[in-house]
Amino acid sequence: MSAELEPVIGLEIHVQLATATKMFCGCELSFGEPPNTRTCPVCIGLPGALPVVNARAIHFGLMIGLALGCELAPRSIFHRKNYFYPDLPKGYQISQYDEPLCRGGSLAGVRIHRVHLEEDAAKLIHIGASGRIHGSQLSVVDFNRGGTPLVEIVTEPDLHSPAQAREWLELLRATLRALGVSDVNMDEGSLRADANVSLRPRGSATLGTKTELKNMNSFRFLERGVAAEIERQRAIIEAREEVVQETLHFDPASGAITSLRSKEEAQDYRYFPEPDLVPIATTEAMLEAARAAMPELPAARAERFERELGLGADRAHQLAFRVELGDFYERALACGGADPVALANWVGGELVARTADGDPAASRVTPAALAALVAMVAGHSLSVTAAREVLDVLVAQGGDPETVVADRGLGALDDDAGLAVIVARVIAEDPAAAEQVRAGNPKAIGALVGPIMRETRGRADGAEVTRLIRDALGLEPLDP
Amino acid sequence: MSEILELSAAAAAGAVASGELDAGELFETYRARAAADQLNAFVWVAEAAPPAVAGPLGGVPLAVKDLFCTEGVPSQSGSRILAGYCPPYTATVVERLAADGAPLLGKTNQDEFAMGSSTENSAFGPVRNPWDRGRVPGGSSGGSAAAVAARLAPWALGTDTGGSIRQPAALCGIVGLKPTYGAVSRYGMIAFASSLDQAGPLTRDVTDAALLYSRMVGPRDPRDSTSLDFPGAIELPVRSDLAGVRIGVPAELSGDGIEAGVLSAFEATLELARALGASVEPCALPHAPHALAAYYVLAPAEASSNLARFDGVRYGYRSSDADELIGMYTQTRHDGFGAEVKRRIMLGTYALSSGYYDAFYGRAQRVRTKIAEDFAVGFERFDFIATPTAPGVAFELGAKTSDPLAMYLNDFCTVPMSLAGIPAISIPCGLAEPPGGGRALPVGFQLAGPAFSENTLLAAAFALEQALGFDGALASSAGDPTADQ
Repeated sequence: MSAELEPVIGLEIHVQLATATKMFCGCELSFGEPPNTRTCPVCIGLPGALPVVNARAIHFGLMIGLALGCELAPRSIFHRKNYFYPDLPKGYQISQYDEPLCRGGSLAGVRIHRVHLEEDAAKLIHIGASGRIHGSQLSVVDFNRGGTPLVEIVTEPDLHSPAQAREWLELLRATLRALGVSDVNMDEGSLRADANVSLRPRGSATLGTKTELKNMNSFRFLERGVAAEIERQRAIIEAREEVVQETLHFDPASGAITSLRSKEEAQDYRYFPEPDLVPIATTEAMLEAARAAMPELPAARAERFERELGLGADRAHQLAFRVELGDFYERALACGGADPVALANWVGGELVARTADGDPAASRVTPAALAALVAMVAGHSLSVTAAREVLDVLVAQGGDPETVVADRGLGALDDDAGLAVIVARVIAEDPAAAEQVRAGNPKAIGALVGPIMRETRGRADGAEVTRLIRDALGLEPLDP
Repeated sequence: MSEILELSAAAAAGAVASGELDAGELFETYRARAAADQLNAFVWVAEAAPPAVAGPLGGVPLAVKDLFCTEGVPSQSGSRILAGYCPPYTATVVERLAADGAPLLGKTNQDEFAMGSSTENSAFGPVRNPWDRGRVPGGSSGGSAAAVAARLAPWALGTDTGGSIRQPAALCGIVGLKPTYGAVSRYGMIAFASSLDQAGPLTRDVTDAALLYSRMVGPRDPRDSTSLDFPGAIELPVRSDLAGVRIGVPAELSGDGIEAGVLSAFEATLELARALGASVEPCALPHAPHALAAYYVLAPAEASSNLARFDGVRYGYRSSDADELIGMYTQTRHDGFGAEVKRRIMLGTYALSSGYYDAFYGRAQRVRTKIAEDFAVGFERFDFIATPTAPGVAFELGAKTSDPLAMYLNDFCTVPMSLAGIPAISIPCGLAEPPGGGRALPVGFQLAGPAFSENTLLAAAFALEQALGFDGALASSAGDPTADQ
């Protein structure tokens, strides 16, 4: 085993669509209603009930296909995937098989294999100490979730590290969110990811034996789970043993990977065309409606932020890939007065750090208030330190920054005479630091700036303080 | 009372409309007879007339095959696994007919999940043929056919997957129409094979069939994706001749394997058609002999999936003899399904299995396409295609229960039309002695037309019916169906 091993990762993502009703019946989607209250003869599989396709789900499916650059099938059909389980009321899942809604495409260099529509299973609740099926006394079924529209997105095995897999999934999530087709909430299961993982000698064109890691319910767990599986496979290969094709479960609490079923136990789903549904004929009108509904997508938005607004790549990606941040940023920018780059740094740095889940909607700051705040800093009427304090207040209480500054007396010390007195005293108190600054040590100035900022409670402008120190020491001003 | 029983459903509806007959008396007359049923045709009978609804169906009570869901009323599809099951909703077609004035009289016995040709596969016991209680009524809609033939019901609803309306209609000497696939909503019909199942009328005569069917079709049901808008309305037939009508007779379906008595009644009917002005010529359906084989792959394949929902989790029978999931599934289905249903689930599961799909399901679908093409070619030259409905007259109870293939052959003449999705009607065309001798029994004449040709099909069947003068009342000469024998 001299050759370096390269991980090869493909993702299968299930996305619950944010339609008003279920995939094949008129029941409203459920958000924590009492069990089995969002059900009807169709979604609990009563005898004689028949499915009817949700047109909105097809519309959303086509939008996803457009966003991922897929080929949209002029005709696609549903199949039945047959297996027995209590969360599957009909004994089969209506899904798509060899004629899916969309094929091909790519996102950020990762090729898409297919995108298809299907229905979600119901939810099993295991009553017992562990809450898991093993050791439970009783399992009950809540059919509220059963029949929720799902889109399954399958990538080609084009990812090569856990971090890359995570970043790509974050981009996909941002894309779906921009489309408005799903809540894409991994905690709540509206976005679920499985990963196919294999290793091969770097440079090899053939794929190694893959394992499937099921249902990682956060970006962090996906990254950790895939990393753990890569290490597990690496150890097997380095011990000159064979990786077994199987389906695995990653337990984020213990980091352990356990087998759910092996290839030999793989089920025969006996797929066949669903005779209760007619084929989906994708008409030009449907395509037109999907095209008309397309928003600017995160990748394009990031590119625009870099090109038109001069943001750095990292900042542009951060704001563009998190739709709520990008939207807030653009609304603030539209208020005028703030420099795009400075504003981006405030939104992506200070504001995100102060809000739950990094969502500005979870705070009371308005885009206009933040734009005004950033403009005040740029205009030297507020120091950065004071501006941070103002932002704390705006996040907690809302309001406009001018009022907060006035109420709290946080305005910049523009009284040069007053500030100069403080500067002179601090220099006098620390002649050693002053000497080092004079000698050209750039870091030494911090020993002087710190006490000055403390004394002024941060109201002094840092640049102004530096200018005054150098002036007092008889040095040239620094280049702006 | 006997005067009421003499009235056809259409005549009864007319009498109610003109005030000569009270709808409540009409209902009660049939209700009492159905409640006294000695043929085991009914599995449930209404205790009283529901509130009267005025409508074109005149309050004439309707017997409904068990597999139609009827809210709050047992809907068991002849199966132990659904014993006592009362659905929370009513099938679209039953709802439409009730709204048009055909109240629910009772639920009729059937082969379990409509799988059978004799109604001996019912968990609720076999149905007796009113012409001879030692014989079967055909199936799977045997309860509906026997009830209409015995005048326990004015008319009835059945379903046809491979012949389940037409064959029992033939064996009981009544009229049965299998509509164009998609013409009638399947919503609320407990499915056997989704791509083949169709609801249709079983009636005393062609006019009744047209009247009942006229209220079954209509705007497509938004709850059934496979249902279609019926082009135009169904009209009551008036035609008395067959001038200019071209009838094709496929040798493949009217020769080998047909009982001599059936064949002679069939040929006599063709002669009658000629006398009414029709041309009768041979017509080739080269793939028709393969229809039964294809059908017994496709229908079980769909059934194996359709019947997966009967798992004991949510409704119906659940075995208490298991302490874990797989055991519960296995024991529930072991106890709940009868032998024929299990046989077809196994056949269908096998046909869909990985590695066998193309050889069985895929191939059967290609045969199905070929059969539909045969008919399309045939209908370029002919208006209708005629065959005997069933290869024989009613057979004795138990005669074929141990030989599934012999039982399957009952559908030899009806399955091709089912696979092609085209309408076909069976009308009684005479009597024939069974092969072993005995009382002469009804023979069915099947006429099939292109998709949505029901109006012309009913008109031609009506002209033949008038000329044939078949007397369905003869059934009751075998004994009072409400009296023990």
